[in-house]
Amino acid sequence: MTSPLEPPGVDVTPAALEALAHVVSEGGPVMFFQSGGCCDGSLPMCFRVGEFKIGDRDVLLGVVGDSEFYIDHRQYEAWKATRLTLDVADGEPEGFSLPAGPGHHFVTRSRVCEVPAPV
Amino acid sequence: MTDVLEKGADSKSEPGDNVKVFIAPGKSGSLVSLKPRYENFIGGQWVPPVKGEYMDDVSPADGRAFCQVARSSKEDVELALDAAHRARQAWGETSLADRAKVLNAIADVLEKNLIMLAVAESWENGKPVRETLAADIPLAVDHFRYFAGATRSLEGRSTEIDKDTVAFHFHEPLGVVGQIIPFNFPLLMAAWKIAPALAAGNCTVVKPASPTPWSILKFAELLEGVVPPGVINIITGPGAEIGKALATSPRIAKIGFTGETTTGRLIMQYAAENLIPSTVELGGKSPNIFFADVMNADDEFLDKAVEGLILYAFNKGEVCTCPSRALIQESIYDKFMERCLARIAQITQGNPLDTTTMIGPQVSNQQLDKIESYVKIGEDEGAQVLIGGKAKDVGGEFEGGYYFEPTVLKGHNKMRVFQEEIFGPVLAVTTFKDEAEALELANDTLYGLGAGVWTRDGNLAYRMGRGIQAGRVWTNCYHLYPAGAAFGGYKISGVGRENHQMMLEHYSQTKNLLVSYSTKPMGFF
Repeated sequence: MTSPLEPPGVDVTPAALEALAHVVSEGGPVMFFQSGGCCDGSLPMCFRVGEFKIGDRDVLLGVVGDSEFYIDHRQYEAWKATRLTLDVADGEPEGFSLPAGPGHHFVTRSRVCEVPAPV
Repeated sequence: MTDVLEKGADSKSEPGDNVKVFIAPGKSGSLVSLKPRYENFIGGQWVPPVKGEYMDDVSPADGRAFCQVARSSKEDVELALDAAHRARQAWGETSLADRAKVLNAIADVLEKNLIMLAVAESWENGKPVRETLAADIPLAVDHFRYFAGATRSLEGRSTEIDKDTVAFHFHEPLGVVGQIIPFNFPLLMAAWKIAPALAAGNCTVVKPASPTPWSILKFAELLEGVVPPGVINIITGPGAEIGKALATSPRIAKIGFTGETTTGRLIMQYAAENLIPSTVELGGKSPNIFFADVMNADDEFLDKAVEGLILYAFNKGEVCTCPSRALIQESIYDKFMERCLARIAQITQGNPLDTTTMIGPQVSNQQLDKIESYVKIGEDEGAQVLIGGKAKDVGGEFEGGYYFEPTVLKGHNKMRVFQEEIFGPVLAVTTFKDEAEALELANDTLYGLGAGVWTRDGNLAYRMGRGIQAGRVWTNCYHLYPAGAAFGGYKISGVGRENHQMMLEHYSQTKNLLVSYSTKPMGFF
C-alpha cells in the first residue's frame, strides 16, 4: 500500500456518539476499556468514571466525546497495527458493560492502520 | 451414544439408521418441558423478581425467543444472599459423608435427566446435541461425583510443635460464595464452580451468563428434595447490575468468575475492596502444535492428529481453550493441511438438535458479528482464507440462526487473528521450522490457558509441554476435560485453578488451633 500510516488510536461513529451522550445524560460521565479474551472479549467495556481502576501501565488510546478510551498495555502491543472505531450494535451487553442505550451495546470496529490519507 | 437416543426424537432417515433429530423444547413431544416464564431459584423456591421484570431468552438456532427469564435487580441479589446465609451454618456443619451424599444425589438426578438436559443445553446455547450428550452433561455428572469423593478425603493436619504443643489445622467453609458462569458451557461450567464450593461446605449464589440463563434453571427444577434449600441459589439478569451487585457484596466470602479480561480485572478490584479471594478464568489463544513426525505413518494416530487440529470447531469455537492457533512444521504443512481441509469441508452445520450436526450456531448475533469482523481484520492484515470465511445461511426453519462457516486463515503470528480470542470456528494457521521456533511462537501470546502438542517423540513432547507457558498442555490429545485434571491460566488467562480437588482448599479457610498441653507458665510476666 502506498498510503501514509495513520497512527493507532480510536475514532467514533455518529451513532456511538449519540449513544454515549445518552448514557452520560442518564448517569454521569463514563470511560471505556477495550477488553480481550473469552466470551465478550474484543468488546469495549463502558463504565461510569471511577468504577474501573485504571492502572499505571494502561494505555490511553484516545478520547471519544468526552470519554477516555483505554487499553491494557500488553493488549495494545498486540493490537497497535489496527486503529479502532467505537460503534454501536444491536443487543444488550452480555457482560458487565453499560449498554449503549436500551437494547444496544458498544463495539469496536478495527481497520489496519494503513488507510488513505484524509484530504 | 445410540442407546440414549431413543426418546423425544424423530427418526429422519432409514430404519436401522441411528440418525435422530430431537424435538425443540416447548414443541409437542419434546423431552424438555417449557414454561413461558422462569423466576429466580432462591432458597429452594421459585421467586419472582422484585421489580417484576423479565427478559426474552433466544435460541441461537433460529434467532427466536422461546421463553422469558427474570431480569433481576440488586434487590433479588439480596434475597438470594439472605437465603444462602440462612442455609450456611447447617450446610457448613453437615458431615462430609452427608455432603458427599448430596453431591452424589445431584449427579444421579443429572444423569437420570441427561438427555433432557442435553437437549435443553443444545437448544439454548446452540452447541450440537451430540456434544452435550457425549461431553457437557456426562462431564457435569462426573464432576459432582468427583467432588463427592474428594470431600470424603478432606483431611486436616496436625503438627507436633513440641512435646506439649500441637498445631491442629481444620478446613472450614468460607461461607457464602458468588459464582458467575460463562455462556459457552452453561451447565458444565456451573458444575465446575458449584461442586467444589458445596463440597467444601459453602452455599452459593450463581449468576448464569446473560445469553444462557435457562438450562441451569432446568437443572434447578431437579433439585427439590435433593439439595437443602438455600445451598444453591440462581438469579438471572444483566451482568452490569446483578453481576456487579453480587461481586461487590460484603456478604460473599469469595467470587468466582469466568469471562473476559476487563471484567476479570473488575472482579479482582471488587474482591480487593472487600478483601476477599477471587478466582478468574479469562480465556486464551491456545497453540496447537504439529511436529513433522505425525506424518511418519499413515495410521490411526495421524487420523487423530488431523481431528486434533479440527477440534478448533468444537462447540463452534466458543471455548476458552479453543485450539485457535495451529502451528505446523513447515516440512509437512502442505500435505497435512490438505487432509485437514478435506475433513473440514465435510463438517455438517445446522439444527443443533440433529445428532448428525457437527457445528451449531454461535450463541448470539453479537458473537456472530464479532467473528465476521475478525475474519475481515485478518484479511485486511493479509491473512489468506483457506476455507470458510463467512456467515452461513442454513436455510429452512433455521435461516434466522447465527451460523458461521468453519474457517481457516493462514498468516503469521503477529496478526490480530493470531493474538486475540475470536470465540468462533476460526483457526489461524502458520508454520514453524524447528522446535525452538515452535516454542517461541507458542509462547508469543498474552494468554496461557491451553496448548496442544502432537508428536510421536515422547522426549520432544515432554520438552515442549514443560516449555509452553500455559496451565494445560494436551499431549497427543485435545479438548479432554476429565475431573481431576487441574485447569487454569498462566499469564493474563487468569488466576486460580478449577476441576481438581485442590479447589477444596480454594473454597476453604484454614483454622489453626494451637494447643498447649503443658501447665507451666511461659515465665515472661
